[in-house]
Amino acid sequence: MSANSKTLDPAATTATQEEISAEISSTHEDYRQQLLAGKKAETQPRVDFASYRSSLLRHPTKNLHHADPETIELYSPAFGQRDVHALESDLTIQHNGEPIGERIVVSGRVLDGDGRPVVGQLVEIWQANAAGRYVHKRDQHPAPIDPNFTGVGRAISGANGEYSFTTIKPAPYPWKNHHNAWRPAHIHFSLFGTDFTQRMITQMYFPGDPLFALDPIYQSITDQDARDRLVATYDHSVTSHEWATGYNWDIVLTGSNRTWMEEEEADH
Amino acid sequence: MSQAPELKLTPTPGQTIGPFYGYALPYEKDNELVNQAHPNSVRLHGVVYDGKGEVIPDALLEIWQADEQGQVVSREGSLVRDGYTFTGWGRVAVDNVGGYNFTTLNPGATEEGKAPFIMLTVFARGLLNRLFTRIYLPEDTEALANDALLASLPEAERKTLIATREEDGSLRFDVRLQGEDETVFLSYPRES
Repeated sequence: MSANSKTLDPAATTATQEEISAEISSTHEDYRQQLLAGKKAETQPRVDFASYRSSLLRHPTKNLHHADPETIELYSPAFGQRDVHALESDLTIQHNGEPIGERIVVSGRVLDGDGRPVVGQLVEIWQANAAGRYVHKRDQHPAPIDPNFTGVGRAISGANGEYSFTTIKPAPYPWKNHHNAWRPAHIHFSLFGTDFTQRMITQMYFPGDPLFALDPIYQSITDQDARDRLVATYDHSVTSHEWATGYNWDIVLTGSNRTWMEEEEADH
Repeated sequence: MSQAPELKLTPTPGQTIGPFYGYALPYEKDNELVNQAHPNSVRLHGVVYDGKGEVIPDALLEIWQADEQGQVVSREGSLVRDGYTFTGWGRVAVDNVGGYNFTTLNPGATEEGKAPFIMLTVFARGLLNRLFTRIYLPEDTEALANDALLASLPEAERKTLIATREEDGSLRFDVRLQGEDETVFLSYPRES
């Protein structure tokens, strides 16, 4: 047996990467035909995406039902300095020593679908360490845990919607979707808007990752432009001299319903 | 309601929460919107199921709701609970058998005659994007009958959105991501 045939879960060997990749290509080709036929571009992942095997029994089969937002749905919980300490945005200073790996800064802005900055809202991140290991009891990947890196950060967005995290570049890691499956390196982001209907959780990726094409989670977004929106940009203006390289990633939430409904009410 | 205006920017896609949020998102008293000792505290509980009726042991739920008077509050302190301040928001990671508990208050109607409900957001490994739904309180049957969203649903689907009041006063609300009695999940204007 070669080194990469190590079996973590017998069920995971039932599909090869070639089979998963063929499934992805087939779905994407169908989508391309839809676009050519004049259908609107998709901007979100499909929840029904069989090549991500865990989605098979966990996606709704009915269409989402349209709701006109009511009062509570037009507001969001409030977070602030009482909830989050300023130092929580630096993931490299949470222990006694320096974590191992490539120190990076990830910064950007949280905007709503109208381009307005989302001000004073909670941004949470979590990630694997430089060896591709999470500090989580269910992560059994035999890569080292770094005693100086937990991989959890929080921030409150600034007056222009800006956020900035100092962290360590996460590594790719293997998972059990299929045989020899590897996730591209990513940072999980959790975001709040001004309306709770804007709540979202997503993953930020790094430019040029060779695993993109192979990953059914990333490829569950059928549209290339939409997929590109999850990839940060290397930004030398964020890089700091002899300290850390920098990435920029702006996040756009859905549109607020409160703002336009209030404006409309004011017009009457 | 008139037509919502077009978005200027395209929203960023969501992705699954994955399996490894456990050391990152849960925190102390995350599911205690009020202290259990609060005289009006209510237990909101249930189980999250998949399309085979198996429990989902790694979902994360969040609720957002008005207070007992139907007021939407805007107060810091959800992440660092002092045991006195009602912030209206809570989070819980389900247990090993898919069960969850919140300690909260019965929300009041936010407008006269409206049916009170709690907003619920569902995240899980295997679920590629978050889902929204409403947990309606079962008591005000007239308001429920007049509710626009409930009225737009067939009876079988309508009942997936209405919590059961148990004998001990708790609210029971199960979430079924797929299959028979699949919970109705919602979309809102201005998502794309």
